[in-house]
Amino acid sequence: MNNNPALSYQDVMARKNRIMKQAVGIDYDQFEQEGIAFDYEAMMKKAGYSLEEVRAIQEETNVGKTPLLELHNLTRLVRCHAEPGKGARIFIKDEACNPSGSFKARRASLSCYQAQKHGYKGVISATSGNYGAAVASQSAMRGLNCIVVQELFDSQDLSQPEIMEKGRACEAYGAEVVQLSVGPELFYKFLILLEETGYFNASLYTPFGIAGIETLGSELADQVRREVGKDPTAVLITHAGGGNVTGTARGLKKGGCDHTEVVGISVDLSGLHMASDRDFNRKSFTTGHTGFGVPFATWPDRADVPRNAARPLRYLDRYYTVTQGEVFYVTELLAQLEGLERGPAGNTSLAGAFAVAREMDREDVLVVQETEYTGAGKHPSPQLTFAGKMGITIKRGNPEDSVPGQSIIIPESPGQIKVKKVDLDNLKKSYLKKAAQEKGKEKLSPLEIEYLAAELKTSTGWIEDHYGKGEN
Amino acid sequence: MGEAKKDDWVQIFNVVLNPEERAPGLPPETAGVPLTMKVKGFLIDQAADIGDQVSIQTVTGRLVEGKLIAITPAYEIDYGRPQPELLKIGLEVRKLLREEGENIE
Repeated sequence: MNNNPALSYQDVMARKNRIMKQAVGIDYDQFEQEGIAFDYEAMMKKAGYSLEEVRAIQEETNVGKTPLLELHNLTRLVRCHAEPGKGARIFIKDEACNPSGSFKARRASLSCYQAQKHGYKGVISATSGNYGAAVASQSAMRGLNCIVVQELFDSQDLSQPEIMEKGRACEAYGAEVVQLSVGPELFYKFLILLEETGYFNASLYTPFGIAGIETLGSELADQVRREVGKDPTAVLITHAGGGNVTGTARGLKKGGCDHTEVVGISVDLSGLHMASDRDFNRKSFTTGHTGFGVPFATWPDRADVPRNAARPLRYLDRYYTVTQGEVFYVTELLAQLEGLERGPAGNTSLAGAFAVAREMDREDVLVVQETEYTGAGKHPSPQLTFAGKMGITIKRGNPEDSVPGQSIIIPESPGQIKVKKVDLDNLKKSYLKKAAQEKGKEKLSPLEIEYLAAELKTSTGWIEDHYGKGEN
Repeated sequence: MGEAKKDDWVQIFNVVLNPEERAPGLPPETAGVPLTMKVKGFLIDQAADIGDQVSIQTVTGRLVEGKLIAITPAYEIDYGRPQPELLKIGLEVRKLLREEGENIE
């Protein structure tokens, strides 16, 4: 409750841009071009770091250089249900080997380096995910204070075990954890804390947060070439806010993989409202799902910075969803057949790999580009125990029949793992619709058309054909 | 008196925004309840009981006031119950690989 009018919701939100400029040290105005267009590559170049610089910075805090493992038994299992000659070799990048146990260490590493270099006393991050522990761990190594702001509990004071575990991990690395009930005003509290402390905003969406992932793509390219003598055919990436897709794809390109397909995978949580106090605890995945994946793809500039460095439609070749039950199932397969016990959320793209590899040729190489740590709370059994308590039906059957928020259906056989295609053209049309809203009734300039073509990985002709046509 | 003593590790609670102060456009079940916050730190008061208004110092050095809700709060996370829907998966796929895997090379 705020009696001080300067701290009312409206007042703080009105100061957003000023607070952010101070807290990330980037003048975003310099990259604006005209209308909706801005110079994305200039922003990445000027505010970010080169791949070589990123490698050197990450070496200082033991980030990256994670192993690439071939999943021989899972590949055999896929081939049990594939047509003759089909069933790609599946590899996984064991990102759980990073300090703090996920690829998020890569994203946190540059922000913490930047904060230290510019004399900030600490960093703040708004996240209920693995990123919190990553920022806390990187801050610990660089002697910075760290505050993590989490959305943790509903109005009944119930919390998902996975988020509770992430809060514990942040505290283990010496961070202060500010825990909030459900609601997008977490951002408001986050702004107040930035203003109060003068700390650096370790946003997931600055050029630092994205450039840090590029090493993942380039490492993976080098490792696959060493192992099999060719480029990966496809890389499967869990997609939420768009950073993982953007950074990995940029790294693959910098690593010379011009023909590798970039495939995004999200958990299908359609029908659940991300700001709902009720729905909050009726989902078993707190990230890597469509609740972030779709809105952040169709309009990236909804993040905590003026211009989001994560712009997934620039890079995605294909995008699929999987169900919660399929992800829990493959988490079990990874442990039981490959001897790798890893966290479920990090296995979202592994679930997709089962269906995608089945359709690919045997000679093809499919890479799942992450794993995450597991532990109490962050594991199929506590997550499903909690789902059961929340009244979710859990059963074996055909995962296609599951309804997010009502049921989780664990497949009865690996052959039942399917991916559901998300039509990228539809997402691109949604993006154009939003762009048209931003523009009012104005026509696009030639430069804006060029910008949108790059933004949506399409031709200027396609933009001209579809802009202002009113499709969803 | 006082269940908690100065310097104990405690957790406090605050209302950040009352329902009428919340952001526009929220679903009704969210709009109808306050946005609340919990923070942990070392108790500054000499002594306090659960429910008292207290001050704490967090690990980053911030001073925060709020209602005392827990003293040395536990991490209430575990591995839950083994799930019947997961228990047979390992046996099933190992059998499948034994029976069909040979044809696969």
